[in-house]
Amino acid sequence: MRLKRKDILTIEDLGRDEIELILSTAESFKEVSDREIKKVPTLRGRTIINLFYEASTRTRTSFEIAAKRMSADAINISASSSSAVKGETLKDTAKNLEAMSPDCIVLRHPSSGTPQILSRLLRCSVINAGDGTHEHPSQALLDLLTVKQRLGKIQGLKIAIIGDILHSRVARSNIYGFAKLGAEVNIAGPPTMMPCEIEKTGCRAFNRIEDAIKDADVIMMLRIQLERQKTGLFPTAREYSQLFGLDSKKLEYAKKNVVILHPGPVNRGIEISSDVADGKYSLILEQVKNGVAVRMALFYLLMGGARE
Amino acid sequence: MNRLLIKGGRVIDPASGIDGLFDVYAVGGKIAAVKPNLSTPAPDSQSDGWNIIDATGLIVCSGFIDMHTHLREPGYEYKETIKTGTMAAAAGGFTSIACMANTNPVNDNASVARYILKKAAEEGAVNVFPVGAISKELKGETLAEIGELKDSGCVALSDDGRPIVNSGFMRLAMEYAKLFNFLIISHCEDTGLAPDGVMNEGFISTKLGLRGIPNAKEDIMVARDIALAELTGGRLHIAHISTKGAVELVRNAKQRGLLNISAEAAPHHFTLTDEAVMGYNTNAKMNPPLRAKTDIDAIKIGLKDGTIDAIATDHAPQNIDEKDVEFDKAANGIIGLETALPLSLRLVDEGVVSLNTLVEKLSANPAKILGLSTKGSLANGKDADITIVDLNMEWVVDVKKLKSKSKNTPFNGWRMKGMASKTIVAGKVVYEG
Amino acid sequence: MKKKSIIDAKGIERAFTRIAHEIIEKNKGIEDIIILGIPTRGVHIAKRLRDILKSIENINLPVGSLDATLYRDDIGMKHDQPILKETDIPVPIDNKKVIIVDDVLFTGRTIRAAMNVIMDFGRPSSIHLAVLIDRGHRELPIRPDYVGKNVPTSIQETVKVHLKETDGVDEVVVEAENEA
Repeated sequence: MRLKRKDILTIEDLGRDEIELILSTAESFKEVSDREIKKVPTLRGRTIINLFYEASTRTRTSFEIAAKRMSADAINISASSSSAVKGETLKDTAKNLEAMSPDCIVLRHPSSGTPQILSRLLRCSVINAGDGTHEHPSQALLDLLTVKQRLGKIQGLKIAIIGDILHSRVARSNIYGFAKLGAEVNIAGPPTMMPCEIEKTGCRAFNRIEDAIKDADVIMMLRIQLERQKTGLFPTAREYSQLFGLDSKKLEYAKKNVVILHPGPVNRGIEISSDVADGKYSLILEQVKNGVAVRMALFYLLMGGARE
Repeated sequence: MNRLLIKGGRVIDPASGIDGLFDVYAVGGKIAAVKPNLSTPAPDSQSDGWNIIDATGLIVCSGFIDMHTHLREPGYEYKETIKTGTMAAAAGGFTSIACMANTNPVNDNASVARYILKKAAEEGAVNVFPVGAISKELKGETLAEIGELKDSGCVALSDDGRPIVNSGFMRLAMEYAKLFNFLIISHCEDTGLAPDGVMNEGFISTKLGLRGIPNAKEDIMVARDIALAELTGGRLHIAHISTKGAVELVRNAKQRGLLNISAEAAPHHFTLTDEAVMGYNTNAKMNPPLRAKTDIDAIKIGLKDGTIDAIATDHAPQNIDEKDVEFDKAANGIIGLETALPLSLRLVDEGVVSLNTLVEKLSANPAKILGLSTKGSLANGKDADITIVDLNMEWVVDVKKLKSKSKNTPFNGWRMKGMASKTIVAGKVVYEG
Repeated sequence: MKKKSIIDAKGIERAFTRIAHEIIEKNKGIEDIIILGIPTRGVHIAKRLRDILKSIENINLPVGSLDATLYRDDIGMKHDQPILKETDIPVPIDNKKVIIVDDVLFTGRTIRAAMNVIMDFGRPSSIHLAVLIDRGHRELPIRPDYVGKNVPTSIQETVKVHLKETDGVDEVVVEAENEA
């Protein structure tokens, strides 16, 4: 079986079998990170450019480690050091990078859809590392892998995603990902942070966190961006925390063996209380570890075969 | 003295109630006769300024008038010039166009208006009527020299591209414009609502992770402007109506007897839904945005029942460098002059409007709204601005062949039916298809 | 397709037994040995060798699985990405005697890749190679230390090892395209 695509842009356009292939490949790669020499020569001579137009430590580092463990040459370009500040357009940047013959560009960009636009301009593979408020496919894949490893399956699970759904690319990718693998997805957040007609993506929307997490197997808490308060999407962090923050009291609505995910970085005491974040339910560190394996799998599946 | 004889076509002139097989005769750029079987001059006299056109099987109608064009000159000649814009207009069957004031410098004073008119007289393929700015530099703060704009030849006032945010200022503008019986064309948008929106708010915007623009953003402003038109008695024209709610508001106002209100719709707003944005197609990005099917349906009903008076293109050329970028950074707008006619003819095919009504919305009504008393009709003595349409011509849109200097259209590659066979301005053929 | 059975179940059993004895002889006992099979059939053969060695020497040797896919030299040349299989090396291999086990030895490229995997895991005192079939056509300077049977083949032929664990029967078959 082969991943018959040039790019990984969204979870929305991946098929269930493709997602499963990526997850099973990622599982094989987890072992490489446990080795004495955490490196395989598979992608020797391949060049991967991490092109980040937004600050990100976790995702960029994860892609970089993944590339290096596959022996690919990884080059990091961030917006502050790139030509973007000198006014070079995305198209020119892309064409200039292509002239350096990379095999894959990993793109993080604040504008939704930019990976799609870039992928049409470039011959090399493009991996979306988060675009605006659209999608963040590698994050959803690592979340799926984490849940699958802990609970043994995805099919039939109840997932609750809580927080600022409107601005969350993680939420969109996860709704598609979990729904495609047969889970039931509930979402909850303030109505000011709920996108229009979101239920059509395959989830059920609630206003109260208690309703969304009832009998949940998995709770995913989204990071709340405190600057949203300025635009009036919620009155205060305190009120947000009371209504939508996850603490041990609200956690009683969920199943006993519920697991908790968070894409990080965590605002402790706001969207999630410290005792819950550090508790036995939390898979937050497991997510980070799986992130490397998933990204190695993506590199392998995109570049391990011959070019068309 | 140039003489024009158009023989054998189906003449449609709603303004004078004509629809039938007639010949059209024009002398010196004015219509002289519309009668059956006018005699053809003897062959030897044909050299003396005669032009005889066989229009058998074609539609002959009063020249189309686009109330809403952005010609971009002066200031943005890399997008469009008066020359290329009027060539595009001629190719689309338009004999007159009204050009918006958001040039650089803004058309907020007589010198800019005169410059446009002078350029148009020298290089323009069709008639150009400038629309003056309502406010200085389109800032919505102080009135432009409206009297001087009238004197210099502006036919209407508009800050198009930007809404007039301050209701108090809009009231003043409407009241002051009454002094000159000036029409105010309003770009209706409540800027406080969804200020960062880049496409219609709906499932597609959710799916694409793009900020949405709800219909209410337009509806609120249309309601306000109707209230102000009622308050002031000024003449109000709602530009590029895109929502069901706005159509209903205008209909309601007209039903209440407010005769000082008119409205236009652009072909893309009754042709495409927001699904055209899928794949982050920046050529489907415009303001107001492409809406939902329900809005398209409402606009069609509005065209049918007369709520919407005119079809206008909102021809908005943008350079490829302004479109070939991230979706949220891409410039708004599409070119429309060369696709408006076939897209409008679809309404006839679908049975939404009759061919007569369509000609009314493309010619007679815009002339009436803009106060162009010598245009929009083929009655004797009117300007011989004539569009000859081949309803059956099938063609495929190829941006490379379009006359407009910019190529930003979502209709590239579309199969079209119907195009201008000849465009005639003041008795002279300016375009032949 | 022409099929020819070249070794039956009895023959396979005898080959494994002989290899087990050769391992004992060559290593002067079997302390410090780790057997690493190359998936899929190499792992099963490794387990059978372990069982035979246990019955002779009464020592239970560690058996692991060694997938060399990520070290292959044709990654990026084949149309499909090769499917990853399990790599599980159960004990540290430093200063151990590693025996790589595979069903068929052909070009030698897989064994080259497997040795590189081992080197990335540690520094064994020696690496030996045990195969059930050596069909020739080597492209690298690699030779087996223990061979069940040498089977001269033409390049068009395919050698297939069937094992009870994976195929329900123990048998080695040579397949060839029919002559035109």
